[in-house]
Amino acid sequence: MSDVRIITGNEAAALAVRLAEPGVIAAYPITPQTKLAEVLSEYVEKGELKAEYVRVESEHSSLTVCISASTVGARVFTATSSNGLLYMHEQLHWAAGSRLPVVMCCVNRGVGAPWSIFNDQQDSFSQRDTGWIQIYCRDNQEILDTVLQAYRIAEEVYLPVMVCYDGFVLSHTMMPVDIPNAGMVKQFLPPYRPHTALSPEEPVTVNPVFFPSRRENADGVLCDGYMEMRYKMQDAFERSRAIITTASDEWAKLSGRDHGGMIWEYLTEDADLLLTGMGSIATEATLAADALRAEGIRAGVVGIRSFRPFPKQELAAAFTRARAIVVFEKCISYGYEGGVCSDLKAVLYGTDIRVPIHNYIAGLGGRDVKTRELVEAARNTFETVGAGDAEHKTIWLNCHTG
Amino acid sequence: MHETIFKINEKEYILPGNRACQGCGLSLAYRYILKALRENTIVGIPPSCLCVLHGLYPTTSVIVPALNTTFAGNAASASGMVAGLRALNKTDITVLALSGDGGTYDIGIQSLSGAAERNTDFIFACYDNEAYMNTGTQRSGATPLGALTTTTPILTKQDPKKDFLKIMEAHHIPYLATVSPAYPVDLYDKFVKAKKIRGTRYIQIDTPCPPGWGYPTADTVKIGKLAVETGLFILFEIEDGRFRFTGRSKTMAERGKLVPLVNYVERQGRFKKMSIEQLGTLQASVNSRWEECLKRAEG
Repeated sequence: MSDVRIITGNEAAALAVRLAEPGVIAAYPITPQTKLAEVLSEYVEKGELKAEYVRVESEHSSLTVCISASTVGARVFTATSSNGLLYMHEQLHWAAGSRLPVVMCCVNRGVGAPWSIFNDQQDSFSQRDTGWIQIYCRDNQEILDTVLQAYRIAEEVYLPVMVCYDGFVLSHTMMPVDIPNAGMVKQFLPPYRPHTALSPEEPVTVNPVFFPSRRENADGVLCDGYMEMRYKMQDAFERSRAIITTASDEWAKLSGRDHGGMIWEYLTEDADLLLTGMGSIATEATLAADALRAEGIRAGVVGIRSFRPFPKQELAAAFTRARAIVVFEKCISYGYEGGVCSDLKAVLYGTDIRVPIHNYIAGLGGRDVKTRELVEAARNTFETVGAGDAEHKTIWLNCHTG
Repeated sequence: MHETIFKINEKEYILPGNRACQGCGLSLAYRYILKALRENTIVGIPPSCLCVLHGLYPTTSVIVPALNTTFAGNAASASGMVAGLRALNKTDITVLALSGDGGTYDIGIQSLSGAAERNTDFIFACYDNEAYMNTGTQRSGATPLGALTTTTPILTKQDPKKDFLKIMEAHHIPYLATVSPAYPVDLYDKFVKAKKIRGTRYIQIDTPCPPGWGYPTADTVKIGKLAVETGLFILFEIEDGRFRFTGRSKTMAERGKLVPLVNYVERQGRFKKMSIEQLGTLQASVNSRWEECLKRAEG
């Protein structure tokens, strides 16, 4: 009875949105997200999706529309890439600070200047601290399933969720995707019932100016100050770990597809060499692990699915046996190293895991990353560490640095 | 006016004891706007004097549902509320986005233009106090030629005020009007009318500001009236493309003549460094605009 179609990542995301039935969609086209905005327009104009589609004049406005539509109680969706996401920056904070369950797809693309339309993850990485849950997908099936999970997560914990997937590598590449039926989706994702919605029945001022201290309301009740609001956001992130895992588990029960909650693992049980990353580069790392095993190196992959909240407990558990760790990532924190690598090191600090970590910066601006290049990099790491070199290293993969 | 003032909704939606300055033109205008729009209204607020007026969490002296948003986004935020309410089949609620001149002429122009081009079903009202008053009177695109601001502190503003009404008129929206809190009945009537019209409605409010303009707090209405009587600010409405004088501007067009601009300028500290040439330029632009409006009213 399954409905398997050969579709792109953007089409998979659009189908998921159609199944989630948002009341309001607002999007501004940008490569490589464009097709997603187009397909959703088509659904709405054909009447296949009953939603208000606001064809805004900028990304700043697309997210603003979603924020305010969500404030009055509608389920919402937007999507963007690259500089579009950067243009939303102010509103990313506003959506999170407003504690609204906005769901967005970020179709990952390098940021300008100079211009690149091609894939890396600097766009969403650079928005790490805006208060959004970020989940990275490794294939088109996971995109579809994760968009549905994103609504479940967002509407339970009242934090916005960004579903990230690699531009072109996934957004424009066709693969088989199993489309769930509407009944199964409804069972997993009931209609949105907000705990509060702005309406004339309850005239309140939403998001006014807060003072540093807690203040009394008209009834003499001491109310939160700005800092308490911030603490509650952080607390929600801590709670979201279990919610992300549960959403994944419940979807797996219904659909038979388990993409992992916070992380996923591939051949890790006996692995001496562990490769890690987010998104499609982690998928490619599984091929590299196969190739390394064929050479006699016991390699495995730990895929990071949730970047925020960061899977601290899961990663600490997953790396217990590793003798060497390789982090492949498509972004960098200038002046330091890859951001995933830094976070992973922080997780391992104070544990018994004290193995060298090699951080490979790879695939920026769409620079091709072949499996054999990942294999070679990982093998070099394994041999270097095996020879007694315990240094952490940052290496630009497949890049002329001379 | 004493005959018609009695028709105004008696209910108060904005109470004394708010955080607006003494003599604030905005609080006067806002009081009548809310009376006109009544219940079933949601107000969108950017960071501005209005945001301050609404009070510090967790208290407010304004009994309307209101949503704060970012500076550039008020019209987009209103678009979102309109879309969200439609999605929930709540189509009887008026959405009012109320921004200052910064949130309209300058940083807000993009989202406003987009919302107006889509003919979004909302009222956008600009309370134009002719500078960034909330941050302490810095120059805006709405600041008139020759005015002192804290970012034109010595030489005065060298550029004329942006003709924003023309920009909004070019969007061919169903309703566009100007109002002044110095003429509350005219203001009230236009918001009552605007509430009944569908699509994008734009209303510009001339908003005298005692600390920013440099006049005694008791003179807000006097200054507002002088702005109209000098022809610097003209009360009119454009409905489906048809121009019509209203209120005091209408009687002046029929049988009055303009008060010289110097009477308006000399009462305000912000113009104390205005040159004779600047005054001449401003007077000439007032005259030509008045002539243009007289011609349009005939046509």
